[in-house]
Amino acid sequence: MEKHDVVVIGAGPAGLAVAAELRRRGVKDIVVLDREAEAGGVPRHCGHWGFGWESHRRLMSGPDYARRLVADAAGIDIRTATTVLEFRSPHVLRVHTARTAIAEMEARHIVIAAGARESSRAARSIGGNRVPGVMTTGQLQQSVYLQKLKPFTKPVIIGGEWVSFSALMTCKHAGIAPQAMLVEDAKVDAPWFFPIGARLRYGVPVLTSATGIEILGTARVQAVRFQRKGKAQTLPCDGIIVSGHFVGEEALLNAGALTEFRSTPDGFGHITLLGNIAGPLKTAGRCAAEARAAAAGIMERLA
Amino acid sequence: MSGRFDIAVIGGGVVGLAILRRFAMAGLGCVLLERGADILSGASKGNSALLHTGFDAPPKSVELACMQAGYEEYLAIRKNFNLPLLETSAMVVAWSEEEKAKLDGIVEKAHKNGVADVRLLSQLELRIREPKLAGEALAAALVPGEHVIDPWSAPLAYARQALAHGAVIHRNAEVKVAERQDEGWLLKAGALSVEARIVINAAGLFGDHIEALARPSPFTIKPRRGQFVVFDKPAARLVRAIILPVPTERTKGVVLFRTIFGNLAIGPTAEETEEREAGSCDAATLARLKVRAIEMVPALEGVGVNAIYAGLRPATERQDYVIEALKDKNWITVAGIRSTGLTASLGIAQYVEKLYAKNFGKLPKKKPTAIWPRMPALAEHELRAYRRGGEIVCHCEWVTKGEIEAALAGELPAQDLGGLKRRTRAMMGRCQGFNCGAAVNAMLQEAQRGKA
Repeated sequence: MEKHDVVVIGAGPAGLAVAAELRRRGVKDIVVLDREAEAGGVPRHCGHWGFGWESHRRLMSGPDYARRLVADAAGIDIRTATTVLEFRSPHVLRVHTARTAIAEMEARHIVIAAGARESSRAARSIGGNRVPGVMTTGQLQQSVYLQKLKPFTKPVIIGGEWVSFSALMTCKHAGIAPQAMLVEDAKVDAPWFFPIGARLRYGVPVLTSATGIEILGTARVQAVRFQRKGKAQTLPCDGIIVSGHFVGEEALLNAGALTEFRSTPDGFGHITLLGNIAGPLKTAGRCAAEARAAAAGIMERLA
Repeated sequence: MSGRFDIAVIGGGVVGLAILRRFAMAGLGCVLLERGADILSGASKGNSALLHTGFDAPPKSVELACMQAGYEEYLAIRKNFNLPLLETSAMVVAWSEEEKAKLDGIVEKAHKNGVADVRLLSQLELRIREPKLAGEALAAALVPGEHVIDPWSAPLAYARQALAHGAVIHRNAEVKVAERQDEGWLLKAGALSVEARIVINAAGLFGDHIEALARPSPFTIKPRRGQFVVFDKPAARLVRAIILPVPTERTKGVVLFRTIFGNLAIGPTAEETEEREAGSCDAATLARLKVRAIEMVPALEGVGVNAIYAGLRPATERQDYVIEALKDKNWITVAGIRSTGLTASLGIAQYVEKLYAKNFGKLPKKKPTAIWPRMPALAEHELRAYRRGGEIVCHCEWVTKGEIEAALAGELPAQDLGGLKRRTRAMMGRCQGFNCGAAVNAMLQEAQRGKA
């Protein structure tokens, strides 16, 4: 069985940053695993600007920032298209690749930096018909930036978080014209001037306190129905972007040998969670900066 | 395009496909016309995927006979197709003294229906078998023979076997006109014309509309909506058996069951609706279903929801299935096949074959040798493709690129996203496409460009 000092699960901002910092501090045997075909994590498909300030003190686009993180980790064994299926035991991972199928890998210390995803329409109990054309911002951005697809032309965005406005920018980049942003809460969870910008710059109304949202359609999305100011409204559209409500990619913690992880007072000493898998959502730069700061603690555990 | 066939089946749901398979294997020339972009896109796309024994079916009904014949045949043939079976058993659980008092009657009815192994479980036995059930569970009737199957691979297997035996399946073919001819019918669906000696109406949610092409329909489809909530994989560890409620006068109640794909689900509700094209969910009902699931299994608290869906069951005003041959019209009606259709489909096909032989002439003496297409292993407990390598595309359900490519190729390729999901499980997991949706859609579009 393959054995390493440190195995990092996830080659996003947190995983790459902690690996680079551990190496700088002298750890030689580090492997970073990522199930995607390319390292870099979520910033790879955030085509707009605003990345990197907290960790590199300069502003970059998402893809540039992802490339920068990968460059910072140059020389480290980063294995993409490599999926950690589950923990066989607290120190042993079952790892899948196309060529080897399933192999086991043991590590003295394991960093889980698997990131976060937006909650799906199902997880958010958004009712109506189950039709194609409903997707998260993450899927939209991968469609637009990685697959060069234009999944719809006149969608409605559900959500009022930073990422919801990121979805708006992605739409504009792709020549997609959102009809409105529907926010279930009374206020957006983003700077106060974002809704003004959405309306003035992009011509997209931000409708807060929109409740009881239902998606209508048979073969495709045809409209969205919601309640606002005591009135039922129906807005025609051909797609729905369900944005925000991030949750950690925690599947590894809930299966295999880690099911006891949460009930143990400090988790397991040789496992560190970094980045957006736990806690409130942070920017990519903050994830990287915090991961770098966590390296010293991991060094102590390894000693 | 045109052609002349012995049999034309209208409707590519599980019932129509099982009938098509049966007649194709008997050596008749068969065609099937499906209005949707893919087969299994109506009532058959959303059910609870249970293989029923018929223990609680109306005694002496056609439904019961078809369910029991279908159950037997599924178990007899499933290995030839590589179709899965998750042996779970079921329990009718009593949550109050009032419900407990009804268990004896349930066991008695099961025995009358020929399901002899149904028996009572004491509270202690129930606890030992299902330790995660809430303490309010007082007793149960155990039904050892109820199991979980794959609701889509099974009918897909029937379709592929029918194709292997020379049947023709047309999708995007909504029958709008049926002209009576000297010896049969001329069916028109868009540009497509099909001549057939016998027409079999297996049109599910549109059964009454199709029936009206032959005669004033003696029944009306009254769709019944059933909403479901599917929990994430860790939930499947919490319960082994299918947990059934004690039925009331008013409703059969919601069921908690494992799925063949390694999840736990609750549903269906039973709501009368005008919807025929697509079922809809509503947040209040979904919330009630989640609450009910947690009441039954408190450890479900905090487990994520992967999927929600609403199935439509093609019920009629009648209690039983409506299966009859109209001898002078060269027509066989198969309607009102409600939630039991997945189990009963193979039995319904046997029943329809007998009706055919009685009314429309003998079947060919010499049956061709059966060809058995092998289905991909999608069940969580089977040897799935990723375990032999291959690039994983869907990271929640561990679906490989090879599996997706295979579903987009071949004789009955997926033609839309729903069809692709049903054939592979891709995008069916906890992220619902956040991670792989773009890549899967790109593969689908690529395949469609290739065909255009």
